[in-house]
Amino acid sequence: MSTPTITPKFAVREPRVGEPLSPQTAAAARVSVRELNFYYGRAQALHNISLNIPERIVMALIGPSGCGKSTFLRTLNRMNDVIAATRVEGEVTIDGRDIYAAGTDVVDLRRRVGMVFQKSNPFPKSIFDNVAYGLRINRLTTSKAELAERVEQALNDAALWSEVKDRLKASALSLSGGQQQRLCIARALAIRPEVLLMDEPASALDPGATFKIEELIFELKKQYTIVIVTHNMQQAARVSDVTAFFLLGKLIEVNATEKMFTNPNEKLTEDYITGRFG
Amino acid sequence: MSSAIITLTRADRTRRATSGTMTTLTALCTLFAVGILLVILAYIAWQGIGSVSLRFLLDSPRPVGEGGGIGNAILGSLVLLLLSSAFGMPLGIAIGVFLSEFGAGRFASLVRFVVDTLTGVPSIVTGVFVYAIIVVPLKHFSALAGGVALAVIMIPIVARTTEEMIKLVPHSLREAALALGAAQWKVTLGVVIPAAASGIATGAMLAVARVSGETAPLLFTAFGSRFFSYYLNQPIASLTVQIYNYAISPYDDWHAQAWAATLVLMTLILGINITVRFFTRKKF
Amino acid sequence: MSVRIGGQRPPLNVSWRRALSPTGNAGDAVFRGLMFFAALLILLIVGGMIVALAAKSMLSIREFGFGFLTSREWNPVKGEFGALPFVYGTVVSSLIALLISVPLSLGIAIFLVEQAPRSLARPITFLVELLAAIPSVVYGVWGIFVLAPFLRVHVEPPLARWFGWLPLFRGSITGIGLLTGGIILAIMVTPIISAVVRDVLSAVPNSQREAALALGATKWETTRVVLVNGAPGIAGAVILGLGRALGETMAVTMVIGNRAQISASLFEPSYTIASAIANEFTEATQDLHLSSLVELGLILFLVTFVVNGVARVLVWNVTRKTGTV
Repeated sequence: MSTPTITPKFAVREPRVGEPLSPQTAAAARVSVRELNFYYGRAQALHNISLNIPERIVMALIGPSGCGKSTFLRTLNRMNDVIAATRVEGEVTIDGRDIYAAGTDVVDLRRRVGMVFQKSNPFPKSIFDNVAYGLRINRLTTSKAELAERVEQALNDAALWSEVKDRLKASALSLSGGQQQRLCIARALAIRPEVLLMDEPASALDPGATFKIEELIFELKKQYTIVIVTHNMQQAARVSDVTAFFLLGKLIEVNATEKMFTNPNEKLTEDYITGRFG
Repeated sequence: MSSAIITLTRADRTRRATSGTMTTLTALCTLFAVGILLVILAYIAWQGIGSVSLRFLLDSPRPVGEGGGIGNAILGSLVLLLLSSAFGMPLGIAIGVFLSEFGAGRFASLVRFVVDTLTGVPSIVTGVFVYAIIVVPLKHFSALAGGVALAVIMIPIVARTTEEMIKLVPHSLREAALALGAAQWKVTLGVVIPAAASGIATGAMLAVARVSGETAPLLFTAFGSRFFSYYLNQPIASLTVQIYNYAISPYDDWHAQAWAATLVLMTLILGINITVRFFTRKKF
Repeated sequence: MSVRIGGQRPPLNVSWRRALSPTGNAGDAVFRGLMFFAALLILLIVGGMIVALAAKSMLSIREFGFGFLTSREWNPVKGEFGALPFVYGTVVSSLIALLISVPLSLGIAIFLVEQAPRSLARPITFLVELLAAIPSVVYGVWGIFVLAPFLRVHVEPPLARWFGWLPLFRGSITGIGLLTGGIILAIMVTPIISAVVRDVLSAVPNSQREAALALGATKWETTRVVLVNGAPGIAGAVILGLGRALGETMAVTMVIGNRAQISASLFEPSYTIASAIANEFTEATQDLHLSSLVELGLILFLVTFVVNGVARVLVWNVTRKTGTV
């Protein structure tokens, strides 16, 4: 039984699905999920998911629509809490802390785990105020100069600074779709989250804007742990280091991207990737 | 794994406390509003129930201390409602149909604008208008004038809800009928309006409830009366004007009758409102 | 556009020019005729309203000109008619109403849309909307016999004691006056403002809330983002409430005291435009008196027309389904 080897240098050995995590692997993982079950009311959307997300890699979640990948992503920052009648069983541990334990400060969790949504959702404020929003409410800066500096840095990280530096006071809604999405990324990056979740960030964008976003993700993974949901397998292959394949709420396989797309372990994975279904 | 024990800064704690406080505050606002409603309804029930009797409902007003009732006022209100509905309903529905069928175009926009304006006109101004065009030429107050005033108030309400209800009818229904070769007017009258009928009826009932509570426009159109009357060219009593007259009088006896009449009026209005909500809730 | 193929009719919602052209069907022509007649009738009614009001106020307009609005003297005996006391009373009572009602309405709307669970929100919404169904005269009865004595005994004395150094809270305490009028207006206007604000807040897309939450915002901070999104609509709701407050007649007439005076104190009786018309119309024997009252009506019409117009522009994309506005 061969265990998958991960080629990126700063990832740890990826255990097979279902294999118990040894203390070393668990500790080195940024996020570890154990036997996660998720219910919308009576319907079960996620079945017994166990997964390890190491630091500073990009993990792509792929699978046909309705397979639960977005639901899974949203369990990582407890965004599903806003939907009524949802239930979670199991453990999601980020930096050693179970985020579903009683007494968890969800507000703080969401500051540390950032999210970028499928359709860009900038606030109806200026470009500057959008990026500064997270910094302001979380009181992360102490002076106006520091605020301006952090905003500039975030916009730089999101590869948007050069395009907007002369019109920071302009309304965020005056930007193009691709620029708005990069603005949302800047907004998320400004508060320096530990993990960045991206839910199909480029699906609403044209190829040119998509390319820019993918380039951005490549740069970002030097500093951030990124989990990205995508329905576009080519995008997953281009951008990610590790890929997880979901089907009907179950995690079928987790593997190094290169191996996943050339020689996956599971037959189902191979069928999906070669287009036999979904 | 340990539970999340993180140290919150003072600022963090303030933010969370503020959020909790605001939740409490908004809940209190809502509680206050509902509380006021219940207080008002409770007072009406409490103060009014003592004086309501069959006699009270059938009798006409008597001088202070001799009892009397609101029978003529109830009759008068009914006459006025019937009259205003006779004018206002067909016209209101017709305008609603017009706006939904011919809604595009400059003329329709003008009509919609005018209807919206009419919604915002204070009812007393409507009263002044009807006074000028009916009471003055006829040289006396009349039920007719009161009915017209109420109709003018009713029309924009009915027109609005009719238009919205017709717009809810799916286009496919209309197209199916047209595709079978029906004339447009047949489609509208025979297919679309029946499909929207319950909604239109709801709007009509709410308009009646609203109009039955109007007082100001009746003050100098229908004026009021101490006798039973249903002649259209005579002044006529109404529940609302009677309540007003009794309430501002200096006599306790009449104050009690004002409360009782209020109870009767509120029963009617609440009855309509609750019935309407009950039926619309079943739909959605 | 009006090309006919086989038996196909021209598309619906055609502009009025095309609509009048015959489709070759007699029933259609009659139908269209009736509909247009109805539409014309309503135009005539509103047009007639403006003309009638203007015509009947001519006497007063010619007599007093613009001085009507600035003169404080309203004396039927002397034949002197000035609208300022009524304008004052209308404006101040409406302001008091908004001051009380706007925060209250916002709180209610925020609670019902953002905080309360669905199952709780629906019945409570129904109850709050019921406040709008209570007729003005009923509010007036409750105002005279319940609210006024309550204010006279429990609210105005403490106000006079603590804030009596302000000219606002001086004077004799009867329970009938500007303050009571303002308070009852506040209660009447609250369901309207909160209903529109509720619609506005519900229309804000959830993506905005999620964006704020994902950045670590608390519930209240998220609500503030929603409020920013809905700001123009909220402004429109407030102005709509103002429009209603300006035109309210019966409840105000019954609790405001109906004295044409301008006094700094909120405890003092006052007079609004609408209540003046309601009170004096049937007793006005002189033509000039009547004409002045009609001119008051014309002023009220124009003011509410402008105010409601502004409100509708701000709320134009939020439609109310119940037509109670």
